[in-house]
Amino acid sequence: MSVATETTVRSGERIRVTRSRRNVAWTGIGALVVVVVLALFPYIVYAGTTTIMVQAFIILTLASMWNLLAGYAGLVSVGQQAFVGLGAYFVLILALHGTSPFAALPVAAVGCGVAALPLWWLVSRLRSGYFAIATWVLAATVMLFIEKFSSIGGGTGMPLPGLSGYSPTILTADTYWVGLAVTVVALAAVYLLLRGRLGLVLTAIRDDEVAARSSGARVGLARLLVFVVAGIGCGAAGGVLAISQLQVQPDAVFSVQWTAEMAFAVIIGGLGTIEGPILGTAVYIVLQQTLASYNAWYLIILGLVAIVIALFARRGLWGLIDDHLHVRLFPVGYWLWAPDSGGRHGRGGLGGLGRRRGGRHS
Amino acid sequence: MVWVNDIIQGILTGGLYALFACGLSLMFGVMKVVNLAHGDLAVVGGYVALGVITVTHVPVLWSFLIVVPIMAAGGYVLQRTLIQAALDRGVLTTLIVTFGLSVVIENALLQFVNANSHSLGVGNAIITGSFSLGSQIQIAYLLVLIFAVAVVVLLGLQYFLSASRYGRMIRAVADDKEAAQLSGIDYRHVFGIAAAIAFGTVALAGIGYGMYSQFAPTTGTDTILLFAFAAVVIGGLGSLWGTLLGGVVLGVAQQIGSQINVSDQVLAGYLVFLLVLVLRPQGLTTRRAQS
Repeated sequence: MSVATETTVRSGERIRVTRSRRNVAWTGIGALVVVVVLALFPYIVYAGTTTIMVQAFIILTLASMWNLLAGYAGLVSVGQQAFVGLGAYFVLILALHGTSPFAALPVAAVGCGVAALPLWWLVSRLRSGYFAIATWVLAATVMLFIEKFSSIGGGTGMPLPGLSGYSPTILTADTYWVGLAVTVVALAAVYLLLRGRLGLVLTAIRDDEVAARSSGARVGLARLLVFVVAGIGCGAAGGVLAISQLQVQPDAVFSVQWTAEMAFAVIIGGLGTIEGPILGTAVYIVLQQTLASYNAWYLIILGLVAIVIALFARRGLWGLIDDHLHVRLFPVGYWLWAPDSGGRHGRGGLGGLGRRRGGRHS
Repeated sequence: MVWVNDIIQGILTGGLYALFACGLSLMFGVMKVVNLAHGDLAVVGGYVALGVITVTHVPVLWSFLIVVPIMAAGGYVLQRTLIQAALDRGVLTTLIVTFGLSVVIENALLQFVNANSHSLGVGNAIITGSFSLGSQIQIAYLLVLIFAVAVVVLLGLQYFLSASRYGRMIRAVADDKEAAQLSGIDYRHVFGIAAAIAFGTVALAGIGYGMYSQFAPTTGTDTILLFAFAAVVIGGLGSLWGTLLGGVVLGVAQQIGSQINVSDQVLAGYLVFLLVLVLRPQGLTTRRAQS
């Protein structure tokens, strides 16, 4: 009783709740400027740079999807390469039927979202580690199934038709723009989803699944939605991969290395933050470009760094920045302005995974 | 007759899969760790055996006397350091750390050894020899040996867990580690012991696989981890004999698949796994939990 009274009294005072401690309108403007500058890249940099950027776009799209899965919905999938592969193959199949690969890309992404439904049905009852390996088995099964069709290249794959009419310069630039568009849409979708009702439900599940269920949160539906969105995103990235490689090989597109790279980018950048995957992808690309001549070394180092960060800085590099500077470029939580103090960390509720133990600041 | 042959071969390969799976099952049962590096550790076991044989010239079949203790000691150390540190931080961290470990091991093997396939004991009469049953059935000595080892290991584990002092401690810790701690058991040490046993069995499985087939750095994730996991799920989580049944079902499914179409061997195994996942998610041997 007294608690309720106190709340009423308190709410009589002016408690303000905002998305962030600072005004983040400038983040939106900044993001817009960055996107516009990136869109102009094909006119100002060498083709080699845009090729690397396309790779970064693919990893960033994948990473933000894996972040949604593992960082917000608690679904550690090691089988996202299933959707990378399916996305690439859907583009290939449509291209073989005469569609332009660029026009096929959105269809392929939606196709991956549809494919995610039966796959989710198969693995949805498993949790944590068993979910992880089951998705992995699922990805292997999908690959073996695809390899049975010799009309789409069987076990060896085939080149992507429909792009021979393009001049190399135009093709490189178009691929770049498509990659950029996919990434922007993916990041915006994840951000808007997490700001909305889904973000609230996911946070409630993360804090206490039983309590969330008893409060009427549709836990299964929320997870299904996340899995489907991640399927669409990874499928779109797979489509971009097919277009940028100009060929589709089952071993390459269904490689578990995709999941390793997206997971490591997220963990290094910061699991459970929107900014983390962006930072992680930058680190990934720098490491990969620096160590490119040392074969497997970049994955060894990436793996070791990810292990160290998972153990000692659970919210990644962005978590470290946030802890010291309290910066959130894309806030999905809430900030509670208590009447007495100048503002308090009330955003544990929706912030990120690192606040799971609750109340570091409360 | 072809089908009888398939079923016999399938059952025997099932022993190898069970040997892979029992370490995975044990670590999940005791520490609730799903070790995503499990398959790579089996491959490491194979490489250690290769090294030991080259250096000491022990017979291949006896190399396990050196390799198993090495891997078990490695397992104890790894559990007490890296895996325990991850466990203290939660399930998600454990998955990330073991997945990271898997990628690091695989690429380190690629970098420092090479991408070539290796096998153990080529030319050894017991390893490559076989005997005939009737006119159409050829049974390799090796498969019989591996199956026997799997049964002995599972029997030994069963006896160890139910009758020995350490086995009791492991079961107590698996049930409730805080309560076990209150009774004076250092659960971290017990976890280490369980990991040592799991790594020992995985080393045996790695040696067996090296004699049965070929291993390369990528074999651990491509094949071993996924087969072991399929065997665990088919048989039923947390049941040792279920693991053997799971391995046998997987083995038979693969043999029948390869009979239909040689390239469908692996796919057939996974399809049976998915079928079990849909129809009997609790596995073939365990009853559905009451809750």
